[in-house]
Amino acid sequence: MSARLVLLLAGAMFGAGLAISGMTLPERVLGFLDITGAWNPSLALVMLGAIAVHVVLYRVVRKRRAPVFDDRFHIPTRRDLDARLLIGAAIFGAGWGIAGFCPGPALTSAAAGSFPAILFVAAMTAGILLERAMTANSSTLWEQLTWKSNRSTIRPPTR
Amino acid sequence: MFQIQPFDPVAPLIGGALIGLSASLILLTHGRVTGISGIFGGLLHAQPTDTTFRGWFLAGLLVAGLIVRLGWPELISLGNSTGLGPTALAGVLVGFGTSMGNGCTSGHGVCGLSRQSRRSLFATLTFMATGAAMVFLVRRVIGVGQ
Repeated sequence: MSARLVLLLAGAMFGAGLAISGMTLPERVLGFLDITGAWNPSLALVMLGAIAVHVVLYRVVRKRRAPVFDDRFHIPTRRDLDARLLIGAAIFGAGWGIAGFCPGPALTSAAAGSFPAILFVAAMTAGILLERAMTANSSTLWEQLTWKSNRSTIRPPTR
Repeated sequence: MFQIQPFDPVAPLIGGALIGLSASLILLTHGRVTGISGIFGGLLHAQPTDTTFRGWFLAGLLVAGLIVRLGWPELISLGNSTGLGPTALAGVLVGFGTSMGNGCTSGHGVCGLSRQSRRSLFATLTFMATGAAMVFLVRRVIGVGQ
């Protein structure tokens, strides 16, 4: 099977998984995050189900010397906790809690013709470009803010 | 054909398992983390890298969206209870935050936790906490949505 066909299939599986699990219904996602209201815990099972499968298959696959279509694995190796990671995650969570979209469900819903999702993806694109522009112009500020400045100034590969 | 019930644990588990299988297939064939924000954001460079990988995976994701719309439209929300202004603000925050924090629900929450990454554990705890805090702020303090 060609590499491109596998990618297409994997992408479709991912999108189908998001839709079947209810992640493409923002109201459901907000209900999951609404822990002080009518909490709907069912979406926790999405992450648990995904991890249950991947935690096993990850170990199996990593026994190989290399993936099928590449000569090496591209897995992040950093272990340090820096301000960029935690502030970035905090900002992401805030956005997630406003609209109930994270990147995967937003892209899937946008392709399905949801206008709010299309707007969200356009705004998300702007947000990514804004972050890069700010980071490029304020590396010294980030060096001051990060806890381990010598390591955190080297940006890891994007995931 | 496939009815989703609000408190049904089966559909989230099946969907989650599909996501885990997809991430495992990507790891096996391409040796990469299936993080949607990173795969998408990587295309937003003047000279993007790994365009075949990024493009074909995202094409599959978009095809799934189209198929779901045609076959199971009840799984897609076409309306918007958030409002378009807040939706746009949310998109900017999600793009900004995932770019700064190097990952989202899939990259940190699924792939990172599965390989016991310390960074991903702290990132996931953080975005879960601020997500819940934001819903609390919007629904309980400002009083929108319910």
